[in-house]
Amino acid sequence: MATVSMENVNKVYENGFHAVKDMNLNIGDGEFMVLVGPSGCGKTTALRMVAGLEDITSGILRIGGKEANNETPKERDIAMVFQNYALYPHMTVAENIGFALKLRHMPKDQLNAKVNEAAEILGLTDWLDRKPGQLSGGQRQRVAMGRAIVREPSVFLMDEPLSNLDAKLRVQMRAEVHRIQRRMGVSTIYVTHDQVEAMTMGDRVTVMRDGTLQQVDTPQNLYDNPDNVFVAAFIGSPAQNLYDAVVGEGARSIRLGSQTVELPDTVVLKRPALRAYAGKDVVVGMRPEHLHAASPEITGPKLVGNVELVEALGSELVVHFTIDAHRVIAEGALDKDEAAVMQSGEGVARVEAKTPVKPGDKMTFSVDIEDMQFFDTQTGLAIRG
Amino acid sequence: MRNRKRTGWHRIINGVNISAFFVVLFVGLPLYWLIASSFKTPQALGDSPPQYFPNPVTTANYHDAFVTYDFGVYFRNSLIVTLVATALVLIVGTMAGYALGRLPMRGKFTLMVTLLIISVFPAIAVVAPLYLLLRNLGWLNSYQGLILVYTAFNLPFAIWILRNYMLGIPKEMEETGRIDGAGPLRTIWTIILPMALPGVFTAGIFCFTACWTEFLFALTFNSENSYRTIPVGIAEFGTVFLVPYGTIFAASVVAVVPIGILVFIFRKFVISGLTSGAVKG
Repeated sequence: MATVSMENVNKVYENGFHAVKDMNLNIGDGEFMVLVGPSGCGKTTALRMVAGLEDITSGILRIGGKEANNETPKERDIAMVFQNYALYPHMTVAENIGFALKLRHMPKDQLNAKVNEAAEILGLTDWLDRKPGQLSGGQRQRVAMGRAIVREPSVFLMDEPLSNLDAKLRVQMRAEVHRIQRRMGVSTIYVTHDQVEAMTMGDRVTVMRDGTLQQVDTPQNLYDNPDNVFVAAFIGSPAQNLYDAVVGEGARSIRLGSQTVELPDTVVLKRPALRAYAGKDVVVGMRPEHLHAASPEITGPKLVGNVELVEALGSELVVHFTIDAHRVIAEGALDKDEAAVMQSGEGVARVEAKTPVKPGDKMTFSVDIEDMQFFDTQTGLAIRG
Repeated sequence: MRNRKRTGWHRIINGVNISAFFVVLFVGLPLYWLIASSFKTPQALGDSPPQYFPNPVTTANYHDAFVTYDFGVYFRNSLIVTLVATALVLIVGTMAGYALGRLPMRGKFTLMVTLLIISVFPAIAVVAPLYLLLRNLGWLNSYQGLILVYTAFNLPFAIWILRNYMLGIPKEMEETGRIDGAGPLRTIWTIILPMALPGVFTAGIFCFTACWTEFLFALTFNSENSYRTIPVGIAEFGTVFLVPYGTIFAASVVAVVPIGILVFIFRKFVISGLTSGAVKG
């Protein structure tokens, strides 16, 4: 068990690519920290620097308070789970799990006891004599986990360990990994590009983009109070509705395309800085669950959209609509394909399952205006204070 | 409908089987002819129409090969030269293949192309200079001369095969070894090498066969009877007036045996990839 801290850590590759820029991060003892971001954001590089598989160009890495920049992976006392598991194919499950202990010259009976204990935790007892080639994907994943936990390291490093599993198993293993981490109380850095995994597993989540740390916070705070447009767009599924808008006079209203949504005083009191934006462009964000089906006559903040598509999930309806405001797509936050098929002005609302709505309708939404998020158009930073 | 589909499949399978049958026939008949003839008497060998089964069966040809002629010596020579050359090729080839396949290195591409060019170089072009070289070294009629030449000529191909196998091993295998606390040599020995075994066996079998059947170099460099290898030895059986076909057949059968055994033992490794299960796939 140990803390991990990174101080102004940089990684510049030989070809000049600056993969991680001035990263500062502290991971507490026993904390489950998730690094999340789109592919190529530097999260895996950051993890590999902690593992000792990549050199640190500049900055200081400390594990357990001790500078670890020049320590070998072995000296760092870490265990890593790879995306492709990297099991030794010519060794049995037991040999795979016990390999690191064998290298440490642990006495045989002690080693066997440890391997059996790990196998028990992971439900692999019946498979100890098999070779990895005879196992299913989920079992291989568990062997990879077993190899990590048997060593009782001070830090777990996991690089997208679940992304090779099918969706159902992934959800199951998500809970399993989380449970094991809790049980062992080992500080963990977990890399994923899946923001749902990040939200459900992390004590705290670090969002990265282009090698730069965007925000480090608890999942709920990340969701409720994103620091910038990128985080707002990246965290949450379906993604947050982000539109270009203009703040009205005295910040009493906000114009979204041809519609005007009134802003009650409470919103401005919470964010006095918004007053300075009167008459200026901002980006507004509305979570899909903050738009509710409403009758056209309601008073208060509302938005009218043209319904394009309705997805019935049983528990709720996901309504895709368009308005005539410009939809903001934070670069890198969406998949390229996702962004390509997104229509201009498209938004998503999650409404009650019984709502009578069909494509082609004009639908009125009441807006939870207190939960609306505002961002500076130029800097992309949240407007709060 | 179902029946029809079945017939279609059957037709394809039959087609494949029939062509396979002809291939086997093409390769198998001469082999059968060789083995059958090695048990025939000199008179029966000349029979027309030929005997399909040797009658009477005789082992005199085998006796002749080993006693009248020095086939035992040739066999030993071949075995020494081939085994040592193959071992050297595999040791050097594995290390070179690992370096070329897995280590960051400048000039890899140039090196690989050079190896490729060397491996297609016609042997006849270098026989004369090599002869002079070995003569100056005093290595004509020796084991080490032939071993050196065989190693050099088979190494490029072996490096290519092994490099490709090394390339196919995910880099995470080494990284996980490092994290588990294995040093570089240990990683190569206990993790990489076992995964590259099919490549090692494949390269080994190719190299063994090439050395075992090589004629030109062996004829040129080792002309003394006590250093002759099997191909040269068999070719020199007999005299101007007599070609002892039966003995030649018998010796050839014995010469085929080691290769047959080798392929039989390692066929599983060569065919199946041992790497399955390492990563998701």
